[in-house]
Amino acid sequence: MIDKNSKVILDVKGLKTYFKTDAGIVKAVDGIDFTVHQGETLGIVGESGCGKSVTNLSVMRLIQSPPGKTVAGEVMFQETDLLKISEAEMRNVRGNKISMIFQDPMTSLNPFLKISTQMIETIRLHEKNVSKAEALSRSIEMLKKVGIPGAEKRIFCYPHQFSGGMRQRVMIAMALSCNANLLIADEPTTALDVTIQAQILELIQKVNVEMKTAVILITHDLGVVAGMCDNVCVMYAGKIVEKAPTDKIYKFPAHPYTEGLIQSVPRMDKSGEKGKLFSIEGQPPNVIDLPPCCAFHPRCHKAIEGLCSRCNPPTHMLDEDHEVTCWLYGTDQEKSAALKEADARQASKEASK
Amino acid sequence: MSESVKKPILEVKDLKVHFPIKSSGGLRKKDAVIRAVDGISFDVYPGETLGIVGESGCGKSTTVRAIAQLTKPTSGQVIFQGKDLCKVSKHELLMARQNIQMIFQDPYASLDPRMTVRSIIAEPLIIYNKRHLLPKELSPLEIETRVEDLMERVGLNKAFKNRYPHEFSGGQRQRIGIARALALNPEVILADEPVSALDVSIQAQILNLLRELQKELGLTFLFIAHDLAVIQYISDKVCVMYLGKIVETSESVELYSNPVHPYTKALLSAAPIPDPEVERKRRRIILTGDVPSPDKEHVGCYFYDRCPNKMDKCKNHIPPMFTVGPHHNCACWQLEEKFPLAESEK
Repeated sequence: MIDKNSKVILDVKGLKTYFKTDAGIVKAVDGIDFTVHQGETLGIVGESGCGKSVTNLSVMRLIQSPPGKTVAGEVMFQETDLLKISEAEMRNVRGNKISMIFQDPMTSLNPFLKISTQMIETIRLHEKNVSKAEALSRSIEMLKKVGIPGAEKRIFCYPHQFSGGMRQRVMIAMALSCNANLLIADEPTTALDVTIQAQILELIQKVNVEMKTAVILITHDLGVVAGMCDNVCVMYAGKIVEKAPTDKIYKFPAHPYTEGLIQSVPRMDKSGEKGKLFSIEGQPPNVIDLPPCCAFHPRCHKAIEGLCSRCNPPTHMLDEDHEVTCWLYGTDQEKSAALKEADARQASKEASK
Repeated sequence: MSESVKKPILEVKDLKVHFPIKSSGGLRKKDAVIRAVDGISFDVYPGETLGIVGESGCGKSTTVRAIAQLTKPTSGQVIFQGKDLCKVSKHELLMARQNIQMIFQDPYASLDPRMTVRSIIAEPLIIYNKRHLLPKELSPLEIETRVEDLMERVGLNKAFKNRYPHEFSGGQRQRIGIARALALNPEVILADEPVSALDVSIQAQILNLLRELQKELGLTFLFIAHDLAVIQYISDKVCVMYLGKIVETSESVELYSNPVHPYTKALLSAAPIPDPEVERKRRRIILTGDVPSPDKEHVGCYFYDRCPNKMDKCKNHIPPMFTVGPHHNCACWQLEEKFPLAESEK
């Protein structure tokens, strides 16, 4: 749980990550800001291709370059800008201070090495003065903590001898073995069954509470977010469109996209309501060729004609902690100013022709 | 009720699908089998949707594949229009398949990347036309109009008929798959996780489309999903499967409000609900352990290893289906005292 005075451990400002492709520049992440406090669980929700994974890979500086590049922004982690430090220093941060759990537990472990080898390697890489025996006993302890029965024996098994849920536990144990301050979980339960998902989520929650580790949880499942997170960022086409505490976002979704997302999932607890599901029309945008200005306007059921497609929506605070980027909350003044600007832009464009 | 008069359109009786696996061992050792589906029975009534839910590896997909005879069942019966599909001739199977079509899970893998949308949707028509199995012979022009109608029906622009699957997004591809399944005017559609590969917003579009089609064309659906909320939304009746067995079957409303089997209870409690207030108040039943491998023959309850309320009896006796209420059956020994079996069933 988060308390108001806890300090900020991650502060991302104006982060932009672009990819160069043959078809043009893909703005996978296009200027986003968010903060994570100590002990907080932040959820990042969005559909495939909205840039949620790229955001976190950028924070970890794991974007392959070329084609990808973080072109602007800063990532302040414990008073250092992660984008400015050297690769050697960054290596010290990765796994040590910020850990990551990946989506697919089947591919993120080395199939040729025993779990013990992989875990000892992780610990000894980050803490040079730990002996092998010490590292092994610590690994066994971690495996016990994540609930692997018979950890003393199982640690000498190979990854294929574990089931999907068990492998994800091993991943979590590895991620936690260095007492990281921040855990980034990128769709940690998408590949797992519901009953196993419940186990893993409970484990992440336990870690969050007991070790005061901050968690960034990336997911597309609104149910998971509702049960796990303190705050939620909703992303669409590389931008954060709404940011608020979990309760507020579910009760008073401000952005039409958030509203649509919440309404379009069938609800198990409301049986009998079998009317037509609310659905967001159209297809997710093509990231290479995004619609101008508000990327959501072609699919939006509340779009304001002539405005949303021509002017960039402003960001407004609806409340002290509820932020939304949408024209629905723009003042008349802002609207007319933006329209004037758009007219001027168009006029100058025509004049230059 | 009219239901008692209605005859089921599809009956599955004690269906078993076992896959042999090679085992290391001497010559005498019998090859082991994976018991993907291990004796299940259910009826599907015309115009209704039967949902099958369960975790991965519980045999849901194998069940529908066995119904469509894409995988030959080891034993059991699949009775459609009075004929057992497991025993009919090739010709009769073709005739039956005209009325049983499938929609697949992965819209990226289930469409031939080298065929245009037109040829994908027209393919079933052309095949049946060539063999003179359609009620009325179709001319190429009629096929063309039929393709266009189908595309419009599923919400695709008919101007796209010369495009290839890679030019479409996941949701649109799933629509192509649906159009192909509808081409022969089937009565039953077997939908194998048709929405699980799609984004949330697209999922709602496809679910709405399927319900519209059902209403309009009077289709019968056999719908598989692992998402409990989706199953509840689309189904009239639900079967919960675990390790190749049906553990509970009931009408959808009843099952979700009054689950009886410990597995169903755990499954329902584990599924997250997108509402933080509800989520906070809920108590989860967290099952320990993983789904065991289906390669063993069980002498007791299939759920024994993970069950939170197991009893001694469960270990060595396979529970029969107890009748809990109208249309509500459940296989769990705990129900024995409350809902005793009729003499004839013992």
